[in-house]
Amino acid sequence: MSKSFRFWGLVPAWALMILTLIIPILIVAGVSVAERGAYGGFTWSFDLSSYQQILYSVGWTDELEFDPKYVAIIGRTLLFAGGATLISLLLALPVAYYISQQSARLKIILLYLVTLPFWVSMIVRVYAWLIILGNDGLLERVYRMFGGADISGFLFTPGAMITGMVYSYIPLMILPVYASVEKIDPALIEASHDLYGGRWTALKRVILPLAAPGLTAGSILVFVPCLGTVLEPMLLGGGKQLMMGTLIQTQFGGARNWPFGAAIAMVLLVLVVLVLLLNARRARSQMEAAL
Amino acid sequence: MKQHNIRSYPGLRPFSILFFLWLYLPIAVVVIYSFNDNRLVSVWTEFSTKWYATALDNAALMGALEISLKVAVISTVCATLIALLAAIVLTRATDLKFRRVSETVVNLPLILPEIVLAVAVLILFSQIGLTNGLLKLVLAHTAFCTPFAFLPIRARLQGMSLDFEEAARDLYASPFTAFRLVTLPMIMPGLFAGAMTAFVMSMDDFITSNLLNSGGATTLPVYIFSLIRQGTTPELNAISTLLIAASLIMATLVLILNVRAMRRG
Repeated sequence: MSKSFRFWGLVPAWALMILTLIIPILIVAGVSVAERGAYGGFTWSFDLSSYQQILYSVGWTDELEFDPKYVAIIGRTLLFAGGATLISLLLALPVAYYISQQSARLKIILLYLVTLPFWVSMIVRVYAWLIILGNDGLLERVYRMFGGADISGFLFTPGAMITGMVYSYIPLMILPVYASVEKIDPALIEASHDLYGGRWTALKRVILPLAAPGLTAGSILVFVPCLGTVLEPMLLGGGKQLMMGTLIQTQFGGARNWPFGAAIAMVLLVLVVLVLLLNARRARSQMEAAL
Repeated sequence: MKQHNIRSYPGLRPFSILFFLWLYLPIAVVVIYSFNDNRLVSVWTEFSTKWYATALDNAALMGALEISLKVAVISTVCATLIALLAAIVLTRATDLKFRRVSETVVNLPLILPEIVLAVAVLILFSQIGLTNGLLKLVLAHTAFCTPFAFLPIRARLQGMSLDFEEAARDLYASPFTAFRLVTLPMIMPGLFAGAMTAFVMSMDDFITSNLLNSGGATTLPVYIFSLIRQGTTPELNAISTLLIAASLIMATLVLILNVRAMRRG
């Protein structure tokens, strides 16, 4: 390969990412310390009041009062994303293990069935849950049909949001978990039985440790997009249970406080990068231990 | 005596069956209720296809579809070309500097939260005074589609033996001829799979398109969102069903390409 092609072949990709990603993110960092304009927008300055606003509100006499409003949103985001990740993990492990035990042909079909909903437009998938969970929706009707009391209010709850998040991202959990359980040598499980380990010992001492890399990879693949999710809180949470993604969105829409929105975006970015860095460090130390 | 399968666990099969039912329940509900005659979404009266007629008659919907298709086609072509060039260099160049960094940079849109990237381009475009709605969408979509095109192309390039390219070079083919006549046909399945994934990602995108929504550049998912905000209707179910059908066809095509590539490789 010629020297010039080695250089010019990578230029478009680098140029695209620098112009539409790296520079814009630096601008976001700049706007997060800018001053809020009177009619939306901002004026450049160095002003940490947007970050201060995350923790404190300014009282009548300009004193700072701790205000948990936004901290609660950040906490809720971490909690719901963590909950959705945990539920995805508990659902994915048995399903991935079941798929790994099928014939080669059935494996391909089942994996195809796992990924298929992921191709369906995100908005359509969230909308479907709106019909199921909504007022006088499918779930309420089925519940009443089986003699349940006249209940309502599945929608606009944390449960509805987490259901939507699990549904949206679970293929990202199943695929890596499947990849790691599929590689488990059946002889290892047989060996654990020969040593009088029951099924649960085999699960705890053989399958889980060997599935761990897939479980970690899947958890990150689900947790990261859940942190920045927008549609589920807006449609299934009814806009009452704000998460960081929706909070950012409103600052650039109706609320028109760009510096504050940029500050929240920076917090979200830092959280995601932290998760990824922690994982990279853990993966490296594991690799070093294995060598 | 019945032989126990020690690798199996009690309840695994019913659990998995229930899981798959749960996975397809929402899609089935949307499809079934799109054929419901009643104006109310959850009250079944009788079979009807009238909501499809209503949907296809909706000029705003068709306008949004047109915008979405334009953006998706242009972004897919740009993203696939950029990804192809990058993938060739990153898999074929020997002792390349910055290989790891370059791969990370190409995949950045996959790693970072979309809402942050959307906000970032929104601010950038407002600062440089870019007002053309379509151009804004194409630029942003090309960026986040590139890794989706890149990954299958790179996988295919890595998976193929270098012998064929070397044979072509031994027969005095120029690098470009060797690429055109040998490499390109061999990576075609990966190229198609990548392009189609990029296309679907662009068509489906909501977060970026919603934030950049201005100047008559409302895409299909953004328009559907505005309809949902007005309440669930059977027409929405019909629109969703058409979208589901389109997605399933694309997904099946990509799967067939992948399986073929696997068999050949």
